[in-house]
Amino acid sequence: MSWQTVIGLEIHVQLSTNSKLFSGGSTGFGAEPNTHVDLIDMGLPGVLPVANREAFYKAIRFGLATNAEINQTSSFDRKNYFYPDLPKGYQITQMAMPIVGKGSIKIDVDGSEKVINITRAHLEEDAGKSIHDLFDGETGVDLNRAGTPLLEIVSEPEISNAKEAVAYFKAVRQLVTFLDICDGNMAQGSMRCDVNVSIKKEADEELGTRAEIKNINSFKFIERAINFEIERQIRIIESGKSVVQETRLYDSVKNETRSMRSKEEANDYRYFPCPDLLPVVISDDEFNDIKNNLPELPDEKEKRYILEANLEEAEAKIISSSKTMANMFEEACSKTNDSKLVANWLVGDVSALLNSDNIDIEESKLSSNNFAILIERISDKTISGKIAKSILEEVWESGDDVDNIIKDKGLVQIQDESVLEEIAQRIINNNLSQVEAYKGGKDKLFGFFVGQVMKETQGKANPKSVNDILKNLLNS
Amino acid sequence: MSIQYKSIKNLTSMLQNKEISHKELINETFTLIESKMDLNAFITLNKDAAIEKATLLDSKKNDSSLAGIPIAQKDLFCTKDLRTTCGSNMLSSFIPPYSATVISNLENAGCISVGKTNMDEFAMGSSNETSFYGNVENPWGKNLVPGGSSGGSASAVSSGIVPAATGTDTGGSIRQPASLCGITGLKPTYGRISRWGMIAFASSLDQAGPMARTAEDCAILLNEMCSHDIKDTTSLNEHIPDFTKDIEQPIKGMKIGIVKEFDLSKLDSEVVKIFEESKKHYESLGAEFIEISLPNISLSVPTYYVVAPAECSSNLSRFDGVKFGKRCDDPKNLEDLYIRTRSEGFGDEVKRRILIGSYVLSAGFYDAYYKKAQQVRRLIKNDFDEAFLKVDVLMSPTTRGPAFEAGSKGSDPIQMYLEDLFTIPANLAGLPALSIPNGFVDNKPIGLQLIGNFLEESKLLQFAHNFQKTTDYHLKTPSGENI
Repeated sequence: MSWQTVIGLEIHVQLSTNSKLFSGGSTGFGAEPNTHVDLIDMGLPGVLPVANREAFYKAIRFGLATNAEINQTSSFDRKNYFYPDLPKGYQITQMAMPIVGKGSIKIDVDGSEKVINITRAHLEEDAGKSIHDLFDGETGVDLNRAGTPLLEIVSEPEISNAKEAVAYFKAVRQLVTFLDICDGNMAQGSMRCDVNVSIKKEADEELGTRAEIKNINSFKFIERAINFEIERQIRIIESGKSVVQETRLYDSVKNETRSMRSKEEANDYRYFPCPDLLPVVISDDEFNDIKNNLPELPDEKEKRYILEANLEEAEAKIISSSKTMANMFEEACSKTNDSKLVANWLVGDVSALLNSDNIDIEESKLSSNNFAILIERISDKTISGKIAKSILEEVWESGDDVDNIIKDKGLVQIQDESVLEEIAQRIINNNLSQVEAYKGGKDKLFGFFVGQVMKETQGKANPKSVNDILKNLLNS
Repeated sequence: MSIQYKSIKNLTSMLQNKEISHKELINETFTLIESKMDLNAFITLNKDAAIEKATLLDSKKNDSSLAGIPIAQKDLFCTKDLRTTCGSNMLSSFIPPYSATVISNLENAGCISVGKTNMDEFAMGSSNETSFYGNVENPWGKNLVPGGSSGGSASAVSSGIVPAATGTDTGGSIRQPASLCGITGLKPTYGRISRWGMIAFASSLDQAGPMARTAEDCAILLNEMCSHDIKDTTSLNEHIPDFTKDIEQPIKGMKIGIVKEFDLSKLDSEVVKIFEESKKHYESLGAEFIEISLPNISLSVPTYYVVAPAECSSNLSRFDGVKFGKRCDDPKNLEDLYIRTRSEGFGDEVKRRILIGSYVLSAGFYDAYYKKAQQVRRLIKNDFDEAFLKVDVLMSPTTRGPAFEAGSKGSDPIQMYLEDLFTIPANLAGLPALSIPNGFVDNKPIGLQLIGNFLEESKLLQFAHNFQKTTDYHLKTPSGENI
């Protein structure tokens, strides 16, 4: 029997505001526990929240980029439940009137495009962290993260398999980084998602009972968790039983999902409008200001690269796929007129290194500035392409400054043609039999002479100059 | 010369004329406090800091409007470095690291906080009997309740220990004890005074206000208590007038509404008689009376007892034994920590309201209760809006009767909830309202309530001051003499 999978994602995006959603507390990552916590984050008696407008502006950018309805008036509700890292005993979220309504996003799965509709995106505060493994038999609570603004992006259940889910997550990540509303850092938990999975027979109108897998924070785990869950549900149904509606956790070590709590054990969150906060109204001026200053998005960049920088579509697509890559391209292009050269390096050598290390460009040691300098040195003929390649490899490992490597290792290209002529002449003199053979019609031997000159100059000779000089000497 | 029963106005002139030093005033205040410990009006005293501030005031010239005035602070306002219990065992050792805006405003104006007053636990009660720190005595009679929840504040002012106290009013918690203790208490428009640092009971209803011997003193206090506070988004960004400016203006030709739906026939006949006398008195001052219908007003008490518990059930969730306040001994696990901390930390009335609140917000009941209550609230507000097109203020008794004996309302909470029949509507509509003494039943004071339109505290104070200039109910003291 063939089963159809229905998947919906709830992605939590940590918005990159300086301060928290309802307090002046810092959102910086990695500080000593409980040092980025003010009175409000701690939920002390008598404190009151004040909404951070910057978070609204960032949420609106997301809405505009996904062609969504924007609710210029939105409001907050309380979601009540007890947990030690939830200081107030409720989370302030947007239930009834979210800032962003229905929108959509395009995803690319193995070259074919699909549109995933987004139900809503709402603002809410993050909880703190419970630390279970540091204190013997006791749990520690770190409230640094408590109150950090999150944008929860809820998709329609329109995703059909694990691959699409990953593509969707990637598309959202690409968008939020381009919009500069989230750093996209998954290892630090800047993006996490809950996955709703159910299966049904093709012909069934109604969706099957779903399981929600909580808090996954890597592409790999999303794919594995979903595939495990599909298998599990098929097994249950095919053995004549039925899937239970529940919340499950993905265990990446055992690669399995397991039950966290059933529907019966689920909290009744007792949502109601938060009486401490008036509805937040974004004025037309504020709205237009955000709209008119929306950063350039991947699609627009791709078109511009093809049109203005004469890139091939494939090249433009790769370069515009990541904000860091696009920034590298643009910065390097500002140092040279040869945008093709920049594109070749990014799509060629840089991408090859990324693939062989299996990392994202953000994780590499190659900075945008260092890359631009490398391109500049090729372009102004300080170094040859061959030398550049070895420098890139070195930078890739060490992150060292390109100019310092050139200086320290004496890699500056030999520009003085008389020096090259002298070397070329010496090589001709030392290889008279090859000269004879070349002159006798063995054209292929030309490469031998070029190679010898390059060897002698340790690759620092400009290949074109070497060609010209050798042709001149050998043909005379 | 004794400072007992002196008004703010009296004390300020005594200080300015050097009849008494700041330090002497504070020392005498503490002598009074210590001689009246049986009232149990205070939970925590602030003696050392108070004397220190008074000494400082003596050493340099000070132009602050309330320089050196002793004030008692309801123990619901956070006071930096001074224990704040909210009348609960849960916070029996809670020392806030910050002060409420209203406390800072008063202290910046020169007030000296002498201590924190007893109150119903988390402001839930109408007799001060729910306090973890014991009952408060009404100075007007042994074993009489002072009302609640601001019972300690009312008792401290009524007994003449301090000229002023802060209170909070969610359903009548300033006006009802003011009425039962024979003093003047004002609940301003919702949002007039910042809620920052007020421990929340029901956020959409809570409002701080002054309690004093006279309407004029309430106006003086209100001038300093109000501010637009960016730390409280429900704080109003409206012009704050000088509330004393118009109080001397006559009320001749102004209109007072009598609410048709307030059925006085069920009240003590003495209370009705006193109310009728007050009407006559206002008539003699030139006011006109108009009967006003507020068709939805009868829904106030049930509406209140859905909205307030709902908000309280959520507001009190933070008291979980994790971060501050009480934690039970040796919790076995997380659930045990929650259950025992909250079972031991909260009293019965608080638990009752948390249960009601959790119920009305729960899935499947929200629409029938909470949502419906908010809709009714809007209707009640609309009724008031209509009424204030026709009248300047509305008038009613503040309470159904005078102070009752502790324990006399028995175990039926509904009987206690009905105490707030006349006061709750102003909270639901966010309107200003005050209570002034207007007579005695068996030598126990009772109060007259005036409700004003949105932001019209000045008009209320004008009505009240005109009344007090021509009557002496507010001048009578529990010990029998007139001030």
